[in-house]
Amino acid sequence: MGAGHAHRLYRHGHSPVHALPPHTKLTAVFCFVVVVVSTPREAMWAFAAYALLLASVAYAARVPLLFWLKRLLIEIPFVAFALLLPFVAQGERTEVLGMSLSVHGLWGAWNVLAKGTLGVAASVLLAATTELRELLLGLQRLKLPPLLVQIASFMIRYGDVIADEMRRMRIARESRGFEARGVRHWGVLAKSAGALFIRSYERGERVHLAMVSRGYAGSMPVIDEATATRAQWTYALTLPLTALAVCLLGWTLS
Amino acid sequence: MHVPDGFINAPVSAVAGVAAAGAVAVSLRGARRELDERTAPLAGLVAAFIFAVQMLNFPVAAGTSGHLLGGALAAILVGPFTGVLCVAVVLLMQGLLFADGGLTALGVNISVMAVVTTVVAYAIFRGLARLLPRGRRSLTVAAFTAALVSVPAAAAAFTLIYAVGGTTDVPLGKVATAMIGVHVLIGIGEAAITALTVGAVIAVRPDLVHGARGLTAPLRLRVGGELIDAPGTTPAPAAAAARSHRKLWAVGLAASVVLAGFVSFYASTNPDGLEKVAHDKGFDKGEKEHAAADSPLADYGIKDISDARLSGGLAGVIGVGATVVAGSAVFWAVRRRRAAGTGPASTASATEPAETGPAPTTSTPSTTEPTATASATEPAENA
Repeated sequence: MGAGHAHRLYRHGHSPVHALPPHTKLTAVFCFVVVVVSTPREAMWAFAAYALLLASVAYAARVPLLFWLKRLLIEIPFVAFALLLPFVAQGERTEVLGMSLSVHGLWGAWNVLAKGTLGVAASVLLAATTELRELLLGLQRLKLPPLLVQIASFMIRYGDVIADEMRRMRIARESRGFEARGVRHWGVLAKSAGALFIRSYERGERVHLAMVSRGYAGSMPVIDEATATRAQWTYALTLPLTALAVCLLGWTLS
Repeated sequence: MHVPDGFINAPVSAVAGVAAAGAVAVSLRGARRELDERTAPLAGLVAAFIFAVQMLNFPVAAGTSGHLLGGALAAILVGPFTGVLCVAVVLLMQGLLFADGGLTALGVNISVMAVVTTVVAYAIFRGLARLLPRGRRSLTVAAFTAALVSVPAAAAAFTLIYAVGGTTDVPLGKVATAMIGVHVLIGIGEAAITALTVGAVIAVRPDLVHGARGLTAPLRLRVGGELIDAPGTTPAPAAAAARSHRKLWAVGLAASVVLAGFVSFYASTNPDGLEKVAHDKGFDKGEKEHAAADSPLADYGIKDISDARLSGGLAGVIGVGATVVAGSAVFWAVRRRRAAGTGPASTASATEPAETGPAPTTSTPSTTEPTATASATEPAENA
């Protein structure tokens, strides 16, 4: 818990992007990703335009390029899969560097790589500029069922507590000379997982009792309502609208 | 296994999103019944548990290690509805915070990893726990089998979605073999860990294992040398709340009809993946015309209506209607028989209200619903 109450992808700052109300940002990112996904893959320049758009947002949010690129590494397993596509796909084949590759597979790999990377990049920007609590407020504002938002907020609030409990159990195991080396040790680890479940569940019951004793009756009071002015909406929606223009151009030109 | 953006095309992602939203809505209602007002803190903490347990590494061999996916574990420990909710929330937060799984693919991810895994695991676990003799060992076996099947089932569900809306041109057979093959291996690990974990929880707090409710032996006290049932601890048979399923039915039916009738307008005009593979490979030459080929509904269209889209949509609606009627008939017959079987052979059992079936019937509508939507997406891909 030494890292304060922000998640580790958040980057504190005071840029105009940080200051935007969370639900406008959520809407903008979601619309942007939808536009990106529905762009024809043949319009390669459109994806470059999207990347430029995102880079300008990152600049406005003062998110360092290196920080941003490092976060993109989460995609790696998936990139490996995309690189495999040209070899297994069917259809007409072409020669690249002496290897026989499928044309469809190359297009498919490009499609998945470009769209996946842009999606990850947009999500990383959102996570880097929005605090957890704000994110939940935004989801609530976007009319997600209140119960779902409550569950998500409990998960976020107690995620670190539970993960810490797991870490303590690991330290306890290791200080007793245990080291998991193979399948034979699964029993011990599974017992830890079982104990973790019981502890989490019992903690949930205690939390509920504590809430009831403070007057909880099934819904959380809304303390700070997130509101957005028209100017803020316009500012946030500039990204998806520009992207939409690019997308339409892509459809007409290709 | 998180599907990123751009892997499944936009219309299919949208349909999967609608299906996932429906499943989450149903689970929200069901979870409130399972946990009443404790839902938010308990489901939240269980979601945090799943999130944490996914970080627990299980060493396999030679430096490689795997981790739990947690769908089957959640279903067995806290019940199917809460399980779906917890996994869905974990996926939502992973997508938003860690960019793990695309935002547009969220519907696909929730349908595959939260709904299919959890529902399949719970159905198998309950079925086996009922069939096998009572005891901790059979619960372990049931947990093992449930987790073992649930992971390849999710892979198969993904393959199905891929067949309808995949953006790449990899032959379906290869995708299915690779996905299901890899996931059978993952499933074995998942099964072993799930069974061990469930066993560990049952040993300490058997009352917390939702899937084992009503299956534990009643507490008995030895008083003066003979065993008597402990007073007040005999578990009351979980009386199914006398509530109407009508609303749920209506919503499910409406969703199916909308999917079949309208969404199929926008579905791909290509025949489905299998037909395409068959066509490409040329092994549909010898295919005989189906016996019902000149029935009024052959090839998901209506004979005398020339507008392809209208006819496809209408055929979808009629197909959903027929499926619902057939499904309800089977469901109704089974329930009649079960009601007659549990009651004494008297005329009273026939007039018994149908809602007082044993506890598992409460989950039956939710299991019949996916069949209805599945049949609805089938015309959608062919129209």
